[in-house]
Amino acid sequence: MDEQIYSAMAQSIIDGESEEAEKLAMQSIELGIDPLDAINHGFVVGVDHVGNLFSSGEAFLPELVMAGEAMKAAVNMLEPEMSKQGKERKILGTIVLGTIEGDIHDIGKTLVGTMLSVAGFRVFDLGVDVPIMTLIEKARTENADILGVSALLTTTMVKQRDVVEALDDIGLRSAIKVLVGGAPVTRDWAEEIGADGYSEDAVGAVVVAKELLAAKALQKE
Amino acid sequence: MQPQLRILSSELVSQIIDEAYQLLVNPGIKVQLKEARALLADAGARVEEEREVVQIPEEVARKALETVPHEFYLYNQDGEPSVHYGGDSVHFDPGSSGVNVLDAETMQHRPATTHDLIKVIKIADSLWQYDAQSTALVCSEIPKEIGDLYRLYLVLLFSKKPVVTGAFSTQNTGAMIDMLAIFAGGGDELVQKPTAVFDVCPSPPLIWSQFGSQSLIDLARAGIPAQIVSMPLAGVAAPVTLLGSVVQHAAECISGMTLHQLAKPGSPIVWGGAPAIMDMRHGTTPMGAVETAMIDAAYAQVGKTFGFPTHAYMGASDAKLVDYQAGMESSTTAMIGALAGINMISGAGMLDFLACMSSEKLLIDAEAIGMAKRMLKGMQVHTDPLAADMYEGINFKGEFLKQRITRQLLKEEQYMPSAVIDRGSHRTWQQMGATDTFTRAKAQLQDLLNTYQPPDYPKEQVAELQTKVSDLAKGAGMDKLPEF
Repeated sequence: MDEQIYSAMAQSIIDGESEEAEKLAMQSIELGIDPLDAINHGFVVGVDHVGNLFSSGEAFLPELVMAGEAMKAAVNMLEPEMSKQGKERKILGTIVLGTIEGDIHDIGKTLVGTMLSVAGFRVFDLGVDVPIMTLIEKARTENADILGVSALLTTTMVKQRDVVEALDDIGLRSAIKVLVGGAPVTRDWAEEIGADGYSEDAVGAVVVAKELLAAKALQKE
Repeated sequence: MQPQLRILSSELVSQIIDEAYQLLVNPGIKVQLKEARALLADAGARVEEEREVVQIPEEVARKALETVPHEFYLYNQDGEPSVHYGGDSVHFDPGSSGVNVLDAETMQHRPATTHDLIKVIKIADSLWQYDAQSTALVCSEIPKEIGDLYRLYLVLLFSKKPVVTGAFSTQNTGAMIDMLAIFAGGGDELVQKPTAVFDVCPSPPLIWSQFGSQSLIDLARAGIPAQIVSMPLAGVAAPVTLLGSVVQHAAECISGMTLHQLAKPGSPIVWGGAPAIMDMRHGTTPMGAVETAMIDAAYAQVGKTFGFPTHAYMGASDAKLVDYQAGMESSTTAMIGALAGINMISGAGMLDFLACMSSEKLLIDAEAIGMAKRMLKGMQVHTDPLAADMYEGINFKGEFLKQRITRQLLKEEQYMPSAVIDRGSHRTWQQMGATDTFTRAKAQLQDLLNTYQPPDYPKEQVAELQTKVSDLAKGAGMDKLPEF
């Protein structure tokens, strides 16, 4: 019985059917299935499948994004039950994300957020035109591993440097890794301002985020 | 709506046809086969026997052309119609009769062999962009007497797609038809569902040689589709003006089709060609020149005015390597041919004025053809209203990716190229080895050859074909066919 519902859960993610995913999440609660099992044996299997298809060029962005949406819907439905049971989903890491103040470019940053959450990160996307201190404050309160700062204009890009410096000033620089991105951003720029990582696209952002977490883990040892 | 290129005004088309008919009378057409002259004379043409010149009055030609079928199909070896000669249907096949290949290891042009031709056949078999096979290479280790039928033999063994082919001698036309009949299940079945079309070439200017005339007559009587490949060479073997060359093309095709229909009314035949301008600096015949493609598009439009099926030699390049020039010339002319609505476009894979075939280029050209075919699908109306409904829930956010319709219609709207075309980010490109197009094609070629599946013919048919070809080879002094 459990196997059957797990495979239906995976399928709902593969099909990108948010409503179906919610329905199955609800059902699993009624059946008394451990919400963590529902996630790990059911929905995540679907996410991994779509991720693999995307990597091999057999699925495209719409499939990936819709799988991410369905996953989000399922987890939202399961979360109250998890906290009731005092359980927490194992996450890769926490990322706070936003487009820097003065810049309203949304699409690339949103895509990065989707890809990261599909990959298993907890993502707080603060949107666009976000003041530097708002980003930092959120990263601090959520105990974030990574702060992702997007900029699509050469004029706003310079504020990525301000983020790094502000973290330094309040003594959080070693605790929070800074990931920068956006059309004018280059590897050289990232190095120049002392950011920890850079990616030119959403797929690369996931790779870099995982690398940053591994580096952070080493740092702690 | 299929996008169209119409390069001539209707007034010009009329004038071209008018002048072509005039050429049939003055200077007339040189027809070097006695039987062909007799057929034309019987229909009312005036023949100067000693000069071998035939004057074909317009009404004689017009009457003969009335029986030309306006469409026919080529079938694959499973008996399914897979190429539609007619209307504005567009198909592609590899270039044919190359003598060299570009060796991807040494980057030298060297004479082609059996192994090279098999590789080309497998590639064309595996890629959906190629609707038909061609007998692409002349294998250098095979006696010339059987070079034509040997190519067909390999194509039949390694692919079920229909074939654009041609014979080098009159007697081999018959042998090749017999070979095709084995897999078709008999001669009558082959006529009902032809699996091949045979190229027949007039000799510019305005000459039908003994061999050319005989081929037209034989193919007509056999009921096997013929394809006229008229080759006006602008400025050398045809007028220097593009329009003058189009007139000559029309005269050569009209006279050939007239003879063909007189031999057997209603036999299928194609208005085709491989014209070129002449590069007056080098004395070469550039297939990648835009003027060459313009002659093609123009004569195709003339052929369409009659309602005839059409063919052209496009999508090839004169470059010696698979470089920018190769890509530019091949894709530009392939696109022009597609927009001109030409039923069969031959030439993919070819370099060096059609002398050299590159397997890697054939693979890359498939992407140019993929783009051309996407272009032909045109701007499709998938939704009504076109856009308004898709803004529901968007709220000024770039979140169309979350809509189910995006996922549904993506594959309808976008042609997804293979990994030969680089559309990854700079990072991805670096991770994949920072390759150029040719290097990626080499890698993909290996994958493709590894996954290729040979046709599943009954053993007896294969044995019959092999016996037939090895007998013919013995007759040409070759004791044993090559192993592969």
